[in-house]
Amino acid sequence: MGVLHHIGQYFLLLVKIFKKPEKKSIYLRQLVLEIEKLGINSIGIVAVISVFMGGIITLQLTYNMSNPLMPTYIIGLGNRDTLILEFSSTVLSLMLAGKVGSNIASELGSMRITEQIDSMEIMGVNSASYLILPKIVAFVFMSPFLFIISVGCGLIGGLITGPLSGVVIVATYITGIKTTFVPFYVYFSIIKTLVFGFLISSVPAYLGYYVQGGALEVGRISTKAVVNTSILILFFDLVLTQLLFK
Amino acid sequence: MIEIKNIVKSFEGREVLKDVSTVFEKGKTNLIIGQSGSGKTVLLKCIVGLFDIDGGEILFDGRNNASMNFQERGLLRQEIGMVFQNGALFDSLTVEENVRFPMDMFTEMTMKEKLDRLNFCLERVNIKDSNHLYPSELSGGMRKRVAIARAIALNPRYLFCDEPNSGLDPVTSILIDNLIKEITAEFDITTIINTHDMNSVMEIGDNILFISEGEKGWEGNSSQIFSTRNKKLNAFVFASPFSKQLKEIKQMEDDE
Ligand SMILES: Nc1ncnc2c1ncn2[C@@H]1O[C@H](COP(=O)(O)OP(=O)(O)O)[C@@H](O)[C@H]1O
Ligand SMILES: [Mg+2]
Repeated sequence: MGVLHHIGQYFLLLVKIFKKPEKKSIYLRQLVLEIEKLGINSIGIVAVISVFMGGIITLQLTYNMSNPLMPTYIIGLGNRDTLILEFSSTVLSLMLAGKVGSNIASELGSMRITEQIDSMEIMGVNSASYLILPKIVAFVFMSPFLFIISVGCGLIGGLITGPLSGVVIVATYITGIKTTFVPFYVYFSIIKTLVFGFLISSVPAYLGYYVQGGALEVGRISTKAVVNTSILILFFDLVLTQLLFK
Repeated sequence: MIEIKNIVKSFEGREVLKDVSTVFEKGKTNLIIGQSGSGKTVLLKCIVGLFDIDGGEILFDGRNNASMNFQERGLLRQEIGMVFQNGALFDSLTVEENVRFPMDMFTEMTMKEKLDRLNFCLERVNIKDSNHLYPSELSGGMRKRVAIARAIALNPRYLFCDEPNSGLDPVTSILIDNLIKEITAEFDITTIINTHDMNSVMEIGDNILFISEGEKGWEGNSSQIFSTRNKKLNAFVFASPFSKQLKEIKQMEDDE
């Protein structure tokens, strides 16, 4: 009952969100603000995390290569595919669920409990569409860019730590990156990031929009938003991998 | 004029409003008074349409909002201004943007017309040189005044205020009360105010509806309220030691 009720309400909210915006110009202004707030402002953390993870993946690959006959370009190749297939799509989305998801849930939650959402409704504004649609569109739009930035930074991370550890030289690492490149992996991951981007923006928005109570509940709901979004991301990762890799 | 007839509202089986009927007059300050938790806010939110009622009718100058379609209801909402308990200003917008918000959303006014109107509204509530401040930078009284300015931005026919002077000192409270009363008379608005403040009752109580545990306990005006024999209302009105003494003095005078 509880879960079904939530799913039903979530889809009803989506219907309300995807109504035609009342004023195009205002909607566009909000969209630009959200692109900056949710997308551009995440680039820094995405870059830092990805450089480190690319470096760590490279080191792990290096130290776990027990067979001396294995060509060392495998290191570049392995780092590339790990980043594309799981790290920059799934793991990064889990982190963004923490950063962006909690931000969205607490912002909408505090607007709800201080009656700002009621006051919009009184004026006759479709508050769900005005507040949530720009967030969803902005973040889904930015997700593939964050993915690409993450892959790029992860490869750079490997480029730094690989040669430093002395196991692979720069030229071989780069050869590895270019070897047996499968474009489908990139399309697959971009589809994943679009789906995850939608989850990261809409699920916390739903939870925050309908919060009841006081500041304590707003805090609770942002934690809940991060946890639920993360579980959904992993679930959809499973489903999409099964569907698209057949 | 707003007429409500036999309003019933429950939450999860618990009746919060039980058969409340009354008429709120135009150009007057209509007060809803009652203890905390008696159902004032719920009644106000039912009238403006934030809560759906379980029974009864609400007529805005004869127009029943239950029989309106989606579009008509949207238009009705643009005739409504509301001041929420803590102002409910939009945190992410400045004072100016807050007051301009309804104009941005619903009118085709030019920027100059909007600026004229918003400066008129802000001046009307005595807010000066604060256009670019954010709500978090304002005092409680200023926030309420900006909320009033935003509520009157589109020239509403109906104005609703939920505890407009809760959390304010007595002097600021009286200023806010009088401001609402003046605006009501000046623009001939139907104003409904929720309050539990007896000072407001005496200052601006043109019509008073007393709600007790979700029921209509009494109605009348500020000169009748002190001579009523209604037990529950007396308990509410003369709750403080100060007002009890006043009542005793008045009774002694009457007896003489
Ligand atoms: N959204 C809601 N859900 C359930 N109960 C509510 C809701 N809003 C108010 N109530 C209940 O209705 C009663 C009246 O509340 P309210 O109208 O806020 O009182 P007040 O007269 O202080 O404004 C209270 O008992 C409150 O718990
Ligand atoms: Mg109340």
